[in-house]
Amino acid sequence: MSSSGIKTERLAGWNRPPVIESDGEGELLEVAMGPHHPSTHGVFRMDVVLDGERVIKLKPVFGYLHRNHEQLGQSQSYLANMPYTDRLDYFCSLTNNWAYALAVEKLAGQEVPERAEYLRVILAELTRVQNHASTIGFLLQEMGASGTPLMYAFREREKILDLFESLTGSRMMCNYMRFGGCRVDASPAWLDATRKVVDGLPAFIDEFERFLMTNEILIARCQGIGVLRPDLAVNAGISGPMLRASGVNYDIRKVDHYGIYDRFKFRVPLGDHGDIYDRYMVRMLEMRESISILKQALKELPTGPVMDPKAKIRNFRPKPGEVYGRIEAPKGELGFYLISDGSPNPYRYRIRPPSFINLTVLEDMCLGSNVADVVLIFGSVDIVLGEVDR
Amino acid sequence: MKSVEEIKSAIEAAVPGATVSVVPNPAPTAQHSLLIGAERAIQIAEFLRDDGELALDFLSNVTGVDWLDKEISEKVKVTRQVPKSVDGVEQIVEETVEETRKRVELGYLEAVYHLYSVAKKHGPVVVRLRTANRTDQVELPSLTPIWRSAEFQEREIFDLFGIVFTGHPDLRRILMWDEFKDHPMRRDYVEPDDFEYEPTPHDEVLKRAQEHKAKVAAGEAIQ
Amino acid sequence: MAESLFGANRQMAVDENLKIELGKQGVFVTTIQELYNWGRRSSIWPMQFGLACCAIEMIATTMARYDLARFGSEVFRPSPRQADLMIISGTVTKKMAPQVVRLYNQMAEPRYVIAMGACAISGGPFKQGYNVLKGIDRYIPVDVHIPGCPPRPEALIQAFMTLQKKIDGQHLTGEERPRHLDEQAPGEFPVPEFGEHDLDPPSNPGTWTVPKIIQ
Repeated sequence: MSSSGIKTERLAGWNRPPVIESDGEGELLEVAMGPHHPSTHGVFRMDVVLDGERVIKLKPVFGYLHRNHEQLGQSQSYLANMPYTDRLDYFCSLTNNWAYALAVEKLAGQEVPERAEYLRVILAELTRVQNHASTIGFLLQEMGASGTPLMYAFREREKILDLFESLTGSRMMCNYMRFGGCRVDASPAWLDATRKVVDGLPAFIDEFERFLMTNEILIARCQGIGVLRPDLAVNAGISGPMLRASGVNYDIRKVDHYGIYDRFKFRVPLGDHGDIYDRYMVRMLEMRESISILKQALKELPTGPVMDPKAKIRNFRPKPGEVYGRIEAPKGELGFYLISDGSPNPYRYRIRPPSFINLTVLEDMCLGSNVADVVLIFGSVDIVLGEVDR
Repeated sequence: MKSVEEIKSAIEAAVPGATVSVVPNPAPTAQHSLLIGAERAIQIAEFLRDDGELALDFLSNVTGVDWLDKEISEKVKVTRQVPKSVDGVEQIVEETVEETRKRVELGYLEAVYHLYSVAKKHGPVVVRLRTANRTDQVELPSLTPIWRSAEFQEREIFDLFGIVFTGHPDLRRILMWDEFKDHPMRRDYVEPDDFEYEPTPHDEVLKRAQEHKAKVAAGEAIQ
Repeated sequence: MAESLFGANRQMAVDENLKIELGKQGVFVTTIQELYNWGRRSSIWPMQFGLACCAIEMIATTMARYDLARFGSEVFRPSPRQADLMIISGTVTKKMAPQVVRLYNQMAEPRYVIAMGACAISGGPFKQGYNVLKGIDRYIPVDVHIPGCPPRPEALIQAFMTLQKKIDGQHLTGEERPRHLDEQAPGEFPVPEFGEHDLDPPSNPGTWTVPKIIQ
């Protein structure tokens, strides 16, 4: 047992997926699920080898949305890359912006004023709420609930997107953070509207939970399926709600102390079993914690500038060096690795995508289960193809 | 957490024959990195993961970087024996001449690993591995047997940069299609000519549009 | 006989006022062309085909706030055999392009394509890309283009209405009849192959020609 309480026994060959033998009756069927598939959150393909209904082998194939984001990043200036970070994880554009702004601020040694930090936290937590609600909605749609929970989730998402639109100008591709703060200030009218929305959120989550928590089909299809062991999760670089559902207490907001998260009291929900039900419950509980952070932040929001007055916007050339900056995005650990050589463009611009790395263990989780479970397990990983392929 | 020098001495103590050096990072974050040699890389990685104090069990990020060949011209003072006629007599005289010598510093491909610890909640520790050159000696040992999260990321580096990771369980292209021949993220990659229409082309785009029109006129492209 | 009723000019044989009078008496007069087009445009079933960020706005358009079902697209069919409309929402990469063309070939005529978003029209913000197809109309014919990144749900609804207007104006016979009533029109479009550096061929001259650069 290591000091964090995680069992670290090493089984033989534990860091490769186990080999499942078929029982020898009948032929093996090779199916390509995707890239056009109703339940693969985008253009994603899984080459599955089936023995009847059981999965023997699974190989994910992606690259169908590879838009050479990193090469674009290296051919443009630092600020020109900010709208492209919106398109990475296109559900959560504001947290992508924050991760990039954080990395560049570390590289250039810039300070961020307090009001900007509070606004960043408010927007990031609103993003987290709407992302988790949409994920649960999509997961239930794949279970066969054909759109109705998704409609409830999107109803709340529309309210949050209205807030984003009135503040940043766009519903989805917000492009709001800058190096040294935020682009525009939030008016008192916007803060009132936000408070109203946040006050209505607990009722929505209660309603969502009431319909789903004791639902027989959900419990039968999710409990015990797609189990991920904590030691494998840590070794495979899994992060975010998937890691915490396996019982590992690692939330970058608490570990790295970035931004002003130290000032808020919030808990980190952990799961016991690491199955789909735990991932779903961890996301529900995280939504509640996000609401409590939002209430604290809205109460304590100070006045002041939202942009560092010493920040250089034109001809921004950070000194040579490199940095790796990361935040707790709703999907996991989103990091940016930048190498600067003193020119206006980054020399190397690398995105550490949480969804791409969370897919490493897809094969391990799906082996031995039915084809119908593969769709659910894949939905519980919560990926976005824009981030996987960049 | 230990500083970079302390980690270096710990590695040298634990893994005999290891080549480790510190690469300083001038940025304010001071995330200095360790450059390790490829021969003992797997043993060093195992030590970093299993050590009680470091416990770097979480490989967060693997990045590929392409450093091009650099042409360096330096002025060198050279002393030479030159035959010269002094007062009508042929003699060998020593002369000091300044010469401009050009040499090529070979570029290399690099894999940068960012390591964190979930057990101890510290990090990052940055480890670098470099290839010998960019053309034929592009092999590096794969760290996938130590940290599973390197599996897809090393495949991506193989696809986009061309570093061949020996010991990787399944090394094939991941983002581009299998028949693709180039390594697109390299700095000297030339994009294919698939005519990008611009209403007001200038500079680079205008040059490419004119080259494309010449190709069509010569019959090498359809349109 | 057929020529005079469904001729090139769509003038009805019955005067407009007479039509209204008859309508008040419960007799409904129309042309077969109008009836045929009305049936087709009021029940366009899109294919559930989301590529990237625009797909999320497409999903938001089908949700309760900007309900697209009231325009006739009641269900989004996952199978191309059962769909009329393909909304290309998102960047088409070169790796995905052969699959898009294959799916288009599998759809049954009459079929329509809406290119949603800047990426589907011309490559969008990712135009300088080795893996980005600079517009899906390089391989398949597109009926409606919607600019935007991403276009708002209202823009997608307007595109839908534009498509409905286009279908309304389609003739049944004559030179301008649509592809599905014309035996000479191509039914299948060639699927590109993966080459060593690029797709092979890089574009389909039947559907896309290089615009002239006027200097």
